[in-house]
Amino acid sequence: MSVLTSEAFGVETTREESRRIRRRSLGLLRSLLRPVAGAAWATAALVVGSQLAAVAGPALVAYGIDQALPALTAGDAQPITLATAAYLAAALLGGLLTAATVRASARVSQTMLLDLRRRVFRHTQRLSLEFHETYTSGRIISRQTSDVDALRELLDGGVTTLASGVLAMLFTAVSLVLLDWRSGLVLLIAVVPGVVLTRWFQVRSQVQYRKQRTAAARLIVRFVETMTGIRAVQAFRREPQVGGVYGGLAEDYRETNARSIRLNGVFDTGLTLIGNVTVAAVLLVGGLRALDGALEVGVLVAAVLYARRFFNPLQQIGMFYNSFQSATAALEKVASLLAEEPTVPEPLHPARLVHARGDVRFEDVEFGYGTGPTVLPQIDLHVPAGQSIALVGETGAGKSTIAKLLARFYDVRAGAVRLDGLDLREIDPVDLRRAVVMVTQEAYLFSGSVGANIALGKPEATPAEIEAAARAVGVHDLIVSMPDGYATEVDKRGVRLSAGQRQLVSFARAFLADPALLILDEATSSLDVPGEALVQLGLQTLLAGRTSVVIAHRLSTVMGSDRVLVIEGGRIVEDGSPDALVAAGGRFADLHTDWQRSLRRST
Amino acid sequence: MPTPESTTRVLLRLRHWARPALPRIALGGLTALGASLLALAVPQVLRVIVNGPLLTAGSQRGVVLGALVVLGLGVLEAFLVWCRRALLLTPGTGVERDMRTDLFRHLLDLPVEFHDRWSGGQLLSRIMSDLGTIRRWTVFGLTMLAVSSATLVVGIGLMLATSWVLGLVYLVGAVPMIWLGFRFREDYKVVARQARDQAGDLATTVEESVHGIRVLKAFGRGDDALDDFVRQADDLRTTEVHKARTLSRVSFALGAIPEAILAVALGFGVVLTSRGELSVGALVAFFATAAVVNGPVERLGMLLAMTLDAKAATDRYLQVMDTASTVRDPQDPVALPAADPAGSRVELSGVHFVHPRGGSDILAGIDLVLEPGETMALVGLTGSGKTTLLQLVPRLYDVTAGSVRIDGVDVRDLTRADLRSAVSIAFEDPILFSASVRENVLLGTDLTGPAADELVREALDVARAGFAYDLPDGLDTVIGEEGLSLSGGQRQRVALARAIAVRPRVLLLDDPLSALDVTTETAVTLRLRRMLTGTTTLVVAHRPSTVALADRVAVLEDGRITGVGRHEDLLSSHPHYRYVLTALSALDDAQPDELAEVRP
Repeated sequence: MSVLTSEAFGVETTREESRRIRRRSLGLLRSLLRPVAGAAWATAALVVGSQLAAVAGPALVAYGIDQALPALTAGDAQPITLATAAYLAAALLGGLLTAATVRASARVSQTMLLDLRRRVFRHTQRLSLEFHETYTSGRIISRQTSDVDALRELLDGGVTTLASGVLAMLFTAVSLVLLDWRSGLVLLIAVVPGVVLTRWFQVRSQVQYRKQRTAAARLIVRFVETMTGIRAVQAFRREPQVGGVYGGLAEDYRETNARSIRLNGVFDTGLTLIGNVTVAAVLLVGGLRALDGALEVGVLVAAVLYARRFFNPLQQIGMFYNSFQSATAALEKVASLLAEEPTVPEPLHPARLVHARGDVRFEDVEFGYGTGPTVLPQIDLHVPAGQSIALVGETGAGKSTIAKLLARFYDVRAGAVRLDGLDLREIDPVDLRRAVVMVTQEAYLFSGSVGANIALGKPEATPAEIEAAARAVGVHDLIVSMPDGYATEVDKRGVRLSAGQRQLVSFARAFLADPALLILDEATSSLDVPGEALVQLGLQTLLAGRTSVVIAHRLSTVMGSDRVLVIEGGRIVEDGSPDALVAAGGRFADLHTDWQRSLRRST
Repeated sequence: MPTPESTTRVLLRLRHWARPALPRIALGGLTALGASLLALAVPQVLRVIVNGPLLTAGSQRGVVLGALVVLGLGVLEAFLVWCRRALLLTPGTGVERDMRTDLFRHLLDLPVEFHDRWSGGQLLSRIMSDLGTIRRWTVFGLTMLAVSSATLVVGIGLMLATSWVLGLVYLVGAVPMIWLGFRFREDYKVVARQARDQAGDLATTVEESVHGIRVLKAFGRGDDALDDFVRQADDLRTTEVHKARTLSRVSFALGAIPEAILAVALGFGVVLTSRGELSVGALVAFFATAAVVNGPVERLGMLLAMTLDAKAATDRYLQVMDTASTVRDPQDPVALPAADPAGSRVELSGVHFVHPRGGSDILAGIDLVLEPGETMALVGLTGSGKTTLLQLVPRLYDVTAGSVRIDGVDVRDLTRADLRSAVSIAFEDPILFSASVRENVLLGTDLTGPAADELVREALDVARAGFAYDLPDGLDTVIGEEGLSLSGGQRQRVALARAIAVRPRVLLLDDPLSALDVTTETAVTLRLRRMLTGTTTLVVAHRPSTVALADRVAVLEDGRITGVGRHEDLLSSHPHYRYVLTALSALDDAQPDELAEVRP
């Protein structure tokens, strides 16, 4: 939580830095606008047109009373017919233009949003795991959902509101000046307190807005975490404490909400007051002049109507300012995500590797995470095609790191990892992913059918192939016993699978993918012994003549491999066949003794 | 879904939370009404000025007086606007907060079975955006609905009084507008709902693409995921554009009709005035009144929409609030007898369990007794119901038949608080919270100060979680989703330490060491055994090394306990047990270590 808040709100940035961030955010907005520039200008033209039509109303009323009325009294019906017809036309045109604006602006904003969504999604998929692990999933998700929504809110209503609001005020003022410049002067004087009030509101509401977002984010984070961990909350009787903390956060949120409503109330009241005083002033000035005959009654009425109308859009403009603030803040975060460089870049000149054999080499490999300490000081290793090797060592020794380098989840700091003689960094990503598949401890299932989850290993697979893969890992009988067989949904709405069953499904996925090099990182930890045996049996047949790298805590898994590497402190300290290592009496032999003892239960 | 109820009835149920705020809401409504009546009075003053001092009397004093009255009315209106804001502010936000904390507490009380069925996103949208909708309606929508209706009635009355012809023209135009505004809701609601659902699905896709990033990367499926996502996003775009088209129809009507009414009124009005049937002042007043009334007319459709939205939000809120907890504290709770230093006796008799969503019995008549202080391993194939059985003891689920007893007391006769302070559990998938290591370990205890420090030290030591001292801030390092991410083995050890720190009478461990390497596991096992003296323990085991922790073993097979005994005895006498732990089904008398070696 502290991480979230400090990252999102509290970090002090230098002025230069914040300007740079701002520029990047506006640059993103521009690049989104570029492809739709033509349509955007057309929308703006529609807004101008509809506002012109709207502003014609009071002028026509004034004309009707001052010109057409005397004319009609004098027997000339043409002016009033004209005025009525013109007003009707303006009404119709205004309505049509407003409707067209709504459509056009939706098209523009939705095209921009689709573009932004696609960019962010593609970019997060390209970013390396290293980034995902430090940035945390919650933040990436909120970048792609609530931050995009903030821009959506701005585009949806904000821009047209602003444009029509500003134009309405401008046209109203111009019309009034044209009609009677003295009344216009009164209005212009009234603008001064209006501007001061609006500016005050902007500054205060911006501060308030940020506080409100922070309070809401805290509330959401606490809620999500509690609901995700509801089992632990209930099992450890945390309900009163958790409820108390949440109640406090809810009160904070209420307080910030109340403050911003209060602020809005002052703004609202102020605008009403300024507007009403202006109406009275226009009436007084105009009325006195009308007495002298210097002003016609119709013009006075129009002036009063204009004065009343003038301040209406200010409130909407205030609201636009809020959504603009929130959208630029959100875009700043999205832009900084898009500016992240993948630490595992795609090759500029990819080398094809259509039929990989699975010959693996580590040459003088040095590696550490990010700018952190070196984890693997020097690894030299050759795994001939077809060999099955097992990595053994304590937690944190570097086994998983070696596996991740092999799958190119990370790139080496020095040296090279080669597959069939090619540097992994040069291989076409499509070929690499076909040749190398890694199965990890977390068996993640996507929402959808269990069949579709297996097919992830090979999207073009036939149902028969999917079933064969499921049979090979022994999960076929389980799937057939589910309500809809392979079409059974495996999410919240569907069947809940146990941890072991999920691992079996993810194994079936790997079977279907049929890679030249298979990496298993603790992929069998939740399986029961028969399940593991079945998977191994399947692997032996499937991977006959293929390369495999297995990390497992269970020595039963390790003993079946061709070769064992014992890793300690990021170095290979023992290397040989399991039997040879046991016979040699080193660390692996000790592990083996521990294991034997645990099997015999000699306590 | 509950049976559909009328909008009024659903919204009336908000009284429960709104009661303390009702006087202020009523008063706020009155001030709002006053403000809009004042706004309506201004055109009347205008009429008097135009007809009196301006056109006939030519009195300067009359004009100044009129302007002053307008000024006074304007200031008073602004004051009333402020009063309304001030009056409605506290009740609106307070009602929202109370409803929010009530829902949260209710969710904490609802059993795990409920949370299995409901996705977090659905609950989150209820507690955040639905309650926000209700707040906006109570603060703004409800009063504005009343005020707009009143303004409309009074305004049209005034217009009719000014000139019944012009008033009629206005009325004829306003009715279709209100009807349209309301009718539009119905069409719009369908598209808006569709867009909301599609946006929800899109968010789910995003969430899965992030949580499943390792799988997508491992299989190189990023591009496929992108294609799926873009297809969904494009569907959403189509729906949004369709929504805009629906909206544009009503914008056309709401933009064109009021102005068209005024155009017609202008024609009629000028004709009437020229015939001397209407004064110029009345004509002016009519237009000024129409300018005031147009607002509420345009707003009415929106306000009705808001009311329907609030109804939908209230429905969604009540849907959860009306779900009664199936796991409740008993009417007359029994106190758990004092702990025997030797440990508690746990007894499961005739226990059945069926998932609420139907299906066959997962547990079909479990009879099992854990003697005081005993450690028993529970062994069975994956998916056989071991985890479910474990969760029946602290009542995370309730048995569907039979009973679970601790020291002779049915767990359903205890308060959940008493029960869960006597029973502690370590889950297979360790759930840690965004808090320091220390807070995570102490989650189940109320200890503070040096005693707590000692407890943490000991629990971490037993769980061999010494790595915690080497974290950047030691035991104060924040872990969990918002903090430092730990490896699977590390998380498991912290979760184990947490379960131990409770010093429970009954300890339940769900395959607690699956992510540990053999050496660490042996060390943890040794310490655990020493520590568990006097604690009755049930441990789910997948491998022989975990079984080593136990005095006796129970075999779970097809929803029943088919064997209880010592590991060695079961290994030679119980074929299913041998199969589960060694994957060998043939009866042979090989050594256990060879049995466990799987060499296809």
